Amino acid sequence: MRRLHTPLVATLVLCSLFAAACSDDNGAPTTTAPGTTGDVVVLAASSLTEAFTEIGDAFTAANPEANVTFSFAGSSDLVTQISEGAPADVFVSADDATMAKITDAALNATDPVVMARNSFAIIVEQGNPKGIATVADLADPDLVVVLCAGSVPCGKGAVAILANAAVTVTPKSLEDKVKGVVTKVTAGEADAGIVFVTDVQAAGSAAEGVDIPADVNVISNYPIVVTKDAQHADAAQAFIDFVTSADGQAILATYGFLAP
Amino acid sequence: MLAFAGVAVLFFALPLLGLLWRAPWSKAWTYLSDHDSLTALRLSLQTSLWATALSIVFGVPLAWMLARSTFPGRSALRALCTLSMVLPPVVGGVALLFALGRRGVVGQWLYRWFDYQLPYTTAAVVVAQTFVAMPFLVITVEAALRQLDRAPEDAARTLGASRWYTFRRVTLPAISPALAAGAVLSWARALGEFGATITFAGSYPGTTQTMPIAVYLARETNPEQSIILALLMIVISFAVLVSLRDRWFGAADRVGVSS
Repeated sequence: MRRLHTPLVATLVLCSLFAAACSDDNGAPTTTAPGTTGDVVVLAASSLTEAFTEIGDAFTAANPEANVTFSFAGSSDLVTQISEGAPADVFVSADDATMAKITDAALNATDPVVMARNSFAIIVEQGNPKGIATVADLADPDLVVVLCAGSVPCGKGAVAILANAAVTVTPKSLEDKVKGVVTKVTAGEADAGIVFVTDVQAAGSAAEGVDIPADVNVISNYPIVVTKDAQHADAAQAFIDFVTSADGQAILATYGFLAP
Repeated sequence: MLAFAGVAVLFFALPLLGLLWRAPWSKAWTYLSDHDSLTALRLSLQTSLWATALSIVFGVPLAWMLARSTFPGRSALRALCTLSMVLPPVVGGVALLFALGRRGVVGQWLYRWFDYQLPYTTAAVVVAQTFVAMPFLVITVEAALRQLDRAPEDAARTLGASRWYTFRRVTLPAISPALAAGAVLSWARALGEFGATITFAGSYPGTTQTMPIAVYLARETNPEQSIILALLMIVISFAVLVSLRDRWFGAADRVGVSS
């Protein structure tokens, strides 16, 4: 008896060890009718948090049989999760370079479709107490400037913008996702950071944005794909169709995203 | 029993095996000798040792107070001082920001009067690490103090030794195995600290980017490097745990002081 139990216990322990991987299989049935039923797991760039949460609600309202589960994180973190086999049906990155890591590794089932675009702005505290007006102002050594790490899209954008403006900035911290920069500014621990225009809008009254002129600014594409190992590929495609539909685009526009 | 013990061993050995299995051995030296890796390693060792030192300096008196004096609300005080053990580290980091950040309860005055902002400094890393690590030392030392036979202390006192002298020459040697064990636990916790550090101190190479943060960031850009860095941390921790185990924990067995 004891011998029989050992593998069972081991399995349970190992299952809890890899809880994320195991639990997903217990979710929605894998063989569903085609269309919009099932649980779609969407891994999306951190900057899409607010817009996609609303799109998810609208999608499930239009398709009561379907359910959407979001996981928002830095795009490159999500790529690592997908390559390590994290359950995912849909992936959206905040730039083409990060999506290329997925397509290069053939982890996508559909070709990337650009569903939105985004540009950058300087985020400052409400009322702009430091009077920041241009990218060049960020070079002031007395300012506490926080940027994204170079590994994530918002960090690549920031580096490109600073290069375009020929400005050298010494940031105090390099955050692993764009929301890290936003919270440092809204918490009052940083004077300024470079984030997506949509992040400034999402921060609401806690922060405000300073425009970056078009000749210096960078436009980032948001490509979306169904992943190779999608458990609910049909529902995943339905979700993408919804995002790119007029309804989905209207929601993205209200959060400040540019049309593709 | 043995079967369960075997599962436990497997449970700890498998993740390590996984790292060893995926490690890019041919490039290991390149990654290890990388300037950024060495910077993060040096910073991690420095800050974790500082955090351990602070935990001893402030944690031993705290453990002493909790073990030896009786006053109303002692249980609540103990819970308060060990809260950071159960707190999610990121929550701990947010709480530290609200206390010591530029807009924090105390931090705003530091900023206003001395133009000093603790976050983004190496000191902030030490503060975050001490915050999560000190309870491990306090709990270990307090338990040892409670179980300690008071007779030698009383004898020393009746022979005219001052309280401080008694503590130094009688109590401290008796609890030294527990103190060492607590210090090692604190150090290990400080070395592995991630959540409170990145939330409170931020992440910048050389000042606040410790090994765990470097491993996390490398995972996104260069997974191979992150594996090598993770293995390096494991080797260092393993070496310290093994060597100290023999010297101090072994001593505890021989002397018969339970920690």
